[in-house]
Amino acid sequence: MNEKLKYENKRIKSGIHFMLGNYAVVEGALAAGCNYFAGYPITPANEISELMSKRLPEVGGIFVQGEDELFSIYSVIGASLAGAKAMTATASAGFNYMQEGIGYASATEVPCVIVDVQRCRGENFATQADVMQMRWGASGDYEAICLAPSSAQELFDFTILAFNLAEEFRNPVIVMSETTIALMRERVEIPEKECIEIYKRKYTSLTPEEYLPFKAKNNSPPEFAPMGKGYHTLYTLNYHNEDGTLDWDAQGYKKLYQRITGKIRESKDKICKSESYFMDDADSVIIAYGSEVRPALDAIEMARNDGLKVGMLKLITVWPIHENLIKEIAKNVGRIFAVEMNIGKYVKEIERLCLPFCPVTSITKNMGIIHTKEEIYAAIKEAL
Amino acid sequence: MMQQKTNPLRKYIRNGRLPHFFCPGCGCGQVLNYFLKAVDDLQLDFKKIITIGGVGCTARIPIYLNTDSLHGVHGRTLAWATGIKLYQPDLKVVIFAGDGDLVSIGGNHFLHAARRNLDVTVILVNNFNFAMTGGQVAPTTLLNSVTMTTPFGSKENPFDVCELAVCAGATYVSRWNTARPIQTITSIKKALQHPGFSLVEILSQCPTNFGRYALRTGDPQKVLEWIENKSILEIKAEKLSKDGLKDKFILGEFINKKRPIFQGTSLFEEESN
Repeated sequence: MNEKLKYENKRIKSGIHFMLGNYAVVEGALAAGCNYFAGYPITPANEISELMSKRLPEVGGIFVQGEDELFSIYSVIGASLAGAKAMTATASAGFNYMQEGIGYASATEVPCVIVDVQRCRGENFATQADVMQMRWGASGDYEAICLAPSSAQELFDFTILAFNLAEEFRNPVIVMSETTIALMRERVEIPEKECIEIYKRKYTSLTPEEYLPFKAKNNSPPEFAPMGKGYHTLYTLNYHNEDGTLDWDAQGYKKLYQRITGKIRESKDKICKSESYFMDDADSVIIAYGSEVRPALDAIEMARNDGLKVGMLKLITVWPIHENLIKEIAKNVGRIFAVEMNIGKYVKEIERLCLPFCPVTSITKNMGIIHTKEEIYAAIKEAL
Repeated sequence: MMQQKTNPLRKYIRNGRLPHFFCPGCGCGQVLNYFLKAVDDLQLDFKKIITIGGVGCTARIPIYLNTDSLHGVHGRTLAWATGIKLYQPDLKVVIFAGDGDLVSIGGNHFLHAARRNLDVTVILVNNFNFAMTGGQVAPTTLLNSVTMTTPFGSKENPFDVCELAVCAGATYVSRWNTARPIQTITSIKKALQHPGFSLVEILSQCPTNFGRYALRTGDPQKVLEWIENKSILEIKAEKLSKDGLKDKFILGEFINKKRPIFQGTSLFEEESN
């Protein structure tokens, strides 16, 4: 039998499973075509590395446990430039170290997927405290793409989505996991291979003589050239011309970063995904992301039972923020509630968009424990 | 009329990149030449060579080479190299690193890549200081040397990078200096053909910074003479006492052996049945 086919048969475990959130990430990555993983031990992300070390060799992929998180992110970048679909996973403290690599990957437009299982400082309790670090962690100008799953199923689904976005926009994509969902077992349905949509990396059809590695239309990513085929591409963090070489040109610098940020800014409506609940008649709306979506939805049920018309916007894409949609909602409702598990961070972004139109109430809990529906409902009632 | 001759190694240089940015008298240009001579002598497929530089003077060598290259992050060269080499083992990965890049900020990656016997070649240009940033103390700066951050002389013991590499598990390790092109080129050739982690340390003159601050001369020739006068071949060094070897640079090949190369932490063994 064809060796490749034999490997591929083990790649997608179609069917219904009772699965740990961290394992769902692994299965999602494999379903998306991941064939390189580098990681460094850190709780509560360890199960991702552990399962990867077993599953990747089964499908002809490569697993490496590195000496630190910097190794993880840079070897992932190296593998991606060599043609791999590469991923790393870590938790908050390890995510700090990876920021440097995220900056490089943004500047040189390297597709890669980073999973951050957020935890409280030094402890493995639940939090969403890294939400701003997802966006602003690295030095220099860039736009982040960050997805926030709220269940094991979404950890599977959004990991696939993350690979697709990374390849399409040539940008690092972050899956913002949390202790709550990463260490929970739930129903996960893995579809048949034919039903999984995969975005294939675009390679140039030009010859090495014609090819310019960073030449692209306005607000779009350039096409890749395969490594080791004579295209002699230089991937440098420094300012680079369309031909990839180091230079300094003030106008060129401006243009380069307009394109690198513009390719995401101008595609916001395509990238940003969300789900709406009870919005048709809502006169106030909860905006939540990640695992906080779950108690928030339960709180809405309580409110509805008491006759309060509360709706819900669940953000799948946390970064870039879905500006148009949130502004539109703010224009049509009396109040926005921002629910999150930290000292109140993302609420500042929501206020930026909503305050001209309606008041914003921040509902936060920063105790290493997820909100209960009663707590959220009590906060809603108090404000209304 | 005489036809103008072009350097036979010119074909390996990226279009439109010259002149280079190295200071007059810097050893980096020599090292670039030595590397290309080695590649040319071996008739290696230049398309299959990936060159990597981090940050620093030496790290800029790859930007002049007509290869696929990575550049611009301090110390992470061997992490990049691991990803590339494991995913495409048929590529030849060469890292150009200064002493600061390789054993200061990149020290941890260096130890572990050597321990794993990652199949790459590291060309270390050791000029005893952080040159690009203006001549600060490095892990290789000799004891009592004056640098921009050790105005009263360095009080730290320097690394012997070759010894470090051998201890960590590198399988080809040698040290030469820029005054000895033949030995250096021969050694680079051996390293490029070596399966496993190979390190060629090249002691190099930095007239602009190390020369002026530590040696009180900005003359490249004098700095080079200082290096060469302190250099001693390994076979001769064996006969000297510990005191006789004080402040000497031992040149030669310190290890050349084979052991399994790294292919990933989790190797998949086919079942026999």
